[in-house]
Amino acid sequence: MILDGKCPTGPIQQSWDKHRQEMKLVNPANKRKFKILMVGTGLAGGAGAATLGELGYNVEAFCYQDSARRAHSIAAQGGINAAKNYPNDGDSIYRLFYDTVKGGDFRAREADVWRLAQVSNNIIDQCVAQGVPFARDYAGYLDNRSFGGAQVSRTFYARGQTGQQLLLGAYSALARQAKAGSVKIHARREMLDLVVVDGVARGITCRNLITGEIESHWGDAVVLATGGYVNVFYLSTNAMGCSVTAAWKAAKKGAYFANPCYTQIHPTCIPQSGEHQSKLTLMSESLRNDGRIWVPKKEGEKRHPNEIPEEERDYYLERKYPSFGNLAPRDIASRAAKEACDDKRGIGPGGRGVYLDYAASIKRLGENTIRERYGNLFEMYEKITDENAYKEPMRIYPAPHYSMGGLWVDYNCMSNVPGLFVLGEANFSVHGANRLGASALMQGLADGYFVIPYTIAHYLAQITPGKIKDDHPAFKESKAAVENETKKLLSINGKKTPAELHRELGKIMWNNVGMARSEQSLKEALKQIPELREQFWKNLKVAGSGAEFNQQLENAGRLADFLEFAELFAKDALHRDESCGGHFRVEHQTEDGEAMRDDENFCYAAAWEFKGADKEPELHKEPLKFENVHLAVRSYK
Amino acid sequence: MNLTLHVWRQKDANDKGRLEVYQAKNVSADSSFLEMLDEVNEELIKEGKDPIAFDHDCREGICGMCSQVINGRAHGPQEKTTVCQLHMRQFKDGDDVFIEPWRARAFPIIKDLVVDRAALDKIIQAGGYTSAKTGGVPDGNALLIPKGDADYAMDAAECIGCGACVAGCPNSSAMLFTSAKVAQLAIQPQGKPEAARRVRSMTEEAKACGMGNCTNHYECQASCPKDINVKFIAKLNREYLKAMLPGNNK
Repeated sequence: MILDGKCPTGPIQQSWDKHRQEMKLVNPANKRKFKILMVGTGLAGGAGAATLGELGYNVEAFCYQDSARRAHSIAAQGGINAAKNYPNDGDSIYRLFYDTVKGGDFRAREADVWRLAQVSNNIIDQCVAQGVPFARDYAGYLDNRSFGGAQVSRTFYARGQTGQQLLLGAYSALARQAKAGSVKIHARREMLDLVVVDGVARGITCRNLITGEIESHWGDAVVLATGGYVNVFYLSTNAMGCSVTAAWKAAKKGAYFANPCYTQIHPTCIPQSGEHQSKLTLMSESLRNDGRIWVPKKEGEKRHPNEIPEEERDYYLERKYPSFGNLAPRDIASRAAKEACDDKRGIGPGGRGVYLDYAASIKRLGENTIRERYGNLFEMYEKITDENAYKEPMRIYPAPHYSMGGLWVDYNCMSNVPGLFVLGEANFSVHGANRLGASALMQGLADGYFVIPYTIAHYLAQITPGKIKDDHPAFKESKAAVENETKKLLSINGKKTPAELHRELGKIMWNNVGMARSEQSLKEALKQIPELREQFWKNLKVAGSGAEFNQQLENAGRLADFLEFAELFAKDALHRDESCGGHFRVEHQTEDGEAMRDDENFCYAAAWEFKGADKEPELHKEPLKFENVHLAVRSYK
Repeated sequence: MNLTLHVWRQKDANDKGRLEVYQAKNVSADSSFLEMLDEVNEELIKEGKDPIAFDHDCREGICGMCSQVINGRAHGPQEKTTVCQLHMRQFKDGDDVFIEPWRARAFPIIKDLVVDRAALDKIIQAGGYTSAKTGGVPDGNALLIPKGDADYAMDAAECIGCGACVAGCPNSSAMLFTSAKVAQLAIQPQGKPEAARRVRSMTEEAKACGMGNCTNHYECQASCPKDINVKFIAKLNREYLKAMLPGNNK
């Protein structure tokens, strides 16, 4: 089936404005008749729930954490992009649009990216109005810095805690609506099923994580803003609770999953120190503004980095990509680090690391300036590694960080299941095959504050509110199915814990479906994943019962979904017989190791329809058209 | 290294609760405190015992979810550190380690080390925001904010809402938490119009949630993983006084 993204036609500069004029509205007195369920309270979900509540809809928001403020958007460090052109360095909406389309290796939808670039400016204003303490200069104006994949300084930041400050802005707007009674927040709830009646999304089934009770919630529309799935790799920069569960449950109820193989490997994470490790910690990409990345020229170098003379160092990013240098996009910087390590020039334990060196910047700017810009990151680094990065270079290595793939949505952020909307990282729309730095925060807030409030109205204006409620048999069926699955997980009583099995899945994924993939490695993964899934259902051990606070049961449920999803991930990677962005197939590279796209055969979004855990999914294609940015070889040289 | 853990176990809010002893063996000095507990839990599961429940999520020291009193100190012995960023190199082989949940009337225990911190959300809901509608706000640069004020606001805004200040305080006071938000918004022009109402209602809400008052022990600052300064409590007090002046009581 050929999918229609319902993009507006005509000049792209007017596409969003024109679309907004054409969409239907819900009159203020009618808004309170509609109930909207918002799953997830991060940047997209928190902003969306607050804005919809403020408009007058009844909103119920759900999160698995104990408070909406703890969504993983809070961990984003570096910044948020906007095309304000405050620094007068030639930025514009068009340039942000262009950089994003190119950065995503021409696998995103043009119209969606344009809208993102256009509303980016409103986001900054909105956050400032909320009291977000963005960095300012002495005159009181907003300050900017630059990020990977761009040659202008368009990134707004709040120390190294931009995600936290933006999320707290959205959270405070949400708190205001909670007080006003327009939003009801259900914390410590996990969505375990989407309720679909006659092909339309009508509600969700949740587990109350404190009591274990399975709850039904009806809504006139369901919005998923549940983040990404890179915890499928086990070790990643995501929070421990981040999972594919909500999205995957929706996929099992008919929502198409698009481009699952597009994941971002972030180049500046702290390397793994041992087997005990539960997660990886990211160091902000902004560090690359002033840090220089290098490895020793000599194989197996054993000297302390400070003793290696300048001429024996390989500043490989500056050498290979002179115009972008250390600010090359994430996929390129990550692969370059991997190559250096594959070349046996990696540093640190196990040789899986490269240096990120501040010596030159400290000499040029002084330690105080560096402390002011990145102090908290240096402290965090020291806590984890016991090393002082003011005195010796940091060690970094790439790690799974972000998922560009997600549930397929049209231009209105609605999935192919009517009434099911998907926002932020949980959808697939704007990043293509690679996300540029400081773009995730932008997408989350764009979708939440400035897209969904308009597009959901268009849908709601065409339906009758409260037509199907939780007394409908579909809710009972869904509840029974969830209870059944919980019982199944608890009754296996095998020998392996969820964490052990998750680590095994992570290894299969990282080794075969990680930074570089081949037909052979993907086929290997496709052999191993179903075997591991079988082992899971035969040999899992979960302590306790379902009728209590049970974190192992939560982990087991999330892993069960990862085990099904991982297979789709590998299948998508195998089917996409080209290299693009974060999807690098070793068969498709130029002589000097750059990714080679195949626009003739793969210029489309791949949306997969779930047909059953052991059945072949069906592929639907949405062709991508590039009318404003011409398809070209992506070069950062 | 090997450690003896004394862990608070409590099945639910109604259970009495007690310290139980566990051995943590072959702990890597590079692992975090939570990773050490993960390994202990793996052992417990294999022995068919109920693993220790504890809150955690980002494990990067920013989400504010982790919450344990370790050897009598909220978030443990290392200054300015959340439990997830506390690494085992801070301990010595053979150490006894006491692990308890946040203790405060406003934080009922859910299970083991997990407590309910909804009171903190309620305090924010009482006024910890600017009432800016989405859209229709001025350009970000239309509001000039001197760098000093922006930095001050940011120092306050670093609060992660973990509740360590409440757990550390002998009065279970939430004044450091409340003051951080009050100060962040009061210093900036966007937050000024509602400043008086905000400080009054947030203070009242904290009281209603069962939080005590500040009696200058400074334990909140000592417990805070983000180094939020008690100077914000002084700011809170000034803002409160101003709000109570005749004519300002709107």
